[in-house]
Amino acid sequence: MFEKTAVATKEMVKSRFPKDKKVLFRPKAIIECYHEIPCNPCETSCPFHAITIGEDINAIPQIDFDKCTGCGICVHSCPGLAIMVAMIKNGKAYFKIPYELLPLPKVNERWLAVDRNGDVISDCKIEQVMTAKKSTNHTTVVTVSLEQPYLYDFVTIRRKHE
Amino acid sequence: MINRDLVIIGGGPAGLSAAKVALDAGMNVTLIERFNQLGGQLIKQTHKFFGSKLQYAKTRGFEIAKILIDDLSTYSEDRLQILLDATCVGLYPDKVLTVYQYNKYLKYKAKSVIVATGASEKVLAFENNDLPGIYGAGAIQTIMNIYGIQPGKEVVMVGSGNIGLIVSYQLIQAGVKVKALLEASSTIGGYLVHASKLKRLGVDLLTNTTVKKALGKDQLEKIITVRLDDQWKEIPGSEKEIETDVLCISVGLSPLHQLMSMAGADMLDISELGGLVPKKTCDYETSIKNVYACGDVTGIEEASSAMVEGRICGLMAANHLGFKHPNALELENDLNNQLCVLRQGPCGEKIRCGLKKAGEINV
Repeated sequence: MFEKTAVATKEMVKSRFPKDKKVLFRPKAIIECYHEIPCNPCETSCPFHAITIGEDINAIPQIDFDKCTGCGICVHSCPGLAIMVAMIKNGKAYFKIPYELLPLPKVNERWLAVDRNGDVISDCKIEQVMTAKKSTNHTTVVTVSLEQPYLYDFVTIRRKHE
Repeated sequence: MINRDLVIIGGGPAGLSAAKVALDAGMNVTLIERFNQLGGQLIKQTHKFFGSKLQYAKTRGFEIAKILIDDLSTYSEDRLQILLDATCVGLYPDKVLTVYQYNKYLKYKAKSVIVATGASEKVLAFENNDLPGIYGAGAIQTIMNIYGIQPGKEVVMVGSGNIGLIVSYQLIQAGVKVKALLEASSTIGGYLVHASKLKRLGVDLLTNTTVKKALGKDQLEKIITVRLDDQWKEIPGSEKEIETDVLCISVGLSPLHQLMSMAGADMLDISELGGLVPKKTCDYETSIKNVYACGDVTGIEEASSAMVEGRICGLMAANHLGFKHPNALELENDLNNQLCVLRQGPCGEKIRCGLKKAGEINV
């Protein structure tokens, strides 16, 4: 079904999160790489050796949440824009996501929160914008916050009035 | 007649990579490029590449082109001659080449030739497919990413291979609304991470669907789509209308084999490789001695593989003429290993199957 829709099911998404939600009291990388393609920048860019792919670069990356610090380097290193960092704080879900469209969001703006199907699920607050530069492979990384129940649904942001 | 050790036809990822290794081995090289700049399709690619560090993974395509071109900048003009706006219009078995540039024909005689001509886009037959507003994906990328022109307001993409998926994403980045992506087969053809990116941006991915006809007076105004069953037969009554001013066709590539065919090289017709390809040895030599081929002209694949193949080809051309690359053996093993790794996953199944049919052993 995934080969037809390109929308990961909730089970697939949950399988990429730590089993124990408490682990997300610190930021952790969520790697949504479900398709075996020849690619390994997440592994080679992680300064903490938390991501393993191995000799066969077609293998699906495995993450060690004990080693992951949620630094977000993999977020802008992933060519497939398939990695985000998630964290739970004061009952809210925080995400660092890659964002490659213009105009860029500004801190404190309210944007729409969007799920993997492209549907709007709620609105969200822009917490931080790390603009694209050479060291981030020209990818902007945006930190957003929204209500915790959307933890497994949120994937990207969309500007309001579109 | 201009005499050279090596003439490379095509300045894309394969040709540029071949030039670098051949120059390192001591050959003098002429590189022929049809466009007004080097880089081939790489210069239109704004997305980050897959693969590993060895193929510049996570670097954007146009920046990989810069790296490959910069790699050649240390060589003097007598070692490396670059011909831009130059089309090779003749390749003969005795390695004489005719090159057309600025209304003149130049004649070259090479000790070796590397054919790295790449591929051309396949077309799709449907009613009114010649209406203005209907483009191939390569043309869309050229006007959008080289000349900075928006191709239209709205677009429907036909084909869900990596090119269709990537160009759809680039169109959204350029401010064009992608109304739908049609795929005749029952599943998405390219990398699913690319498709997921489109889906989350609100693009409808319509599998088992193709374009039946285009409608419009002076230019494209709308298209009629039709659903297909699993035998790719139209399902009557499933026609739907979509208003759009641009239709982008991305239904695959065919190797640009014409020069190889002209030179009389043994050719094979292998659907998994995209059509007619030159038969070649594991040293990338075609049936004509000291004529080599690499990149998409030998089988449609990703640019990562084209770069690796190009390097191998440059090394082989040098080896066979007695030019010694400083670490030839190590390099050859490493490059062959890189190709194996790139091709060994499920996405490499088609190319593995094609190469097996072609009788290549390095699979």
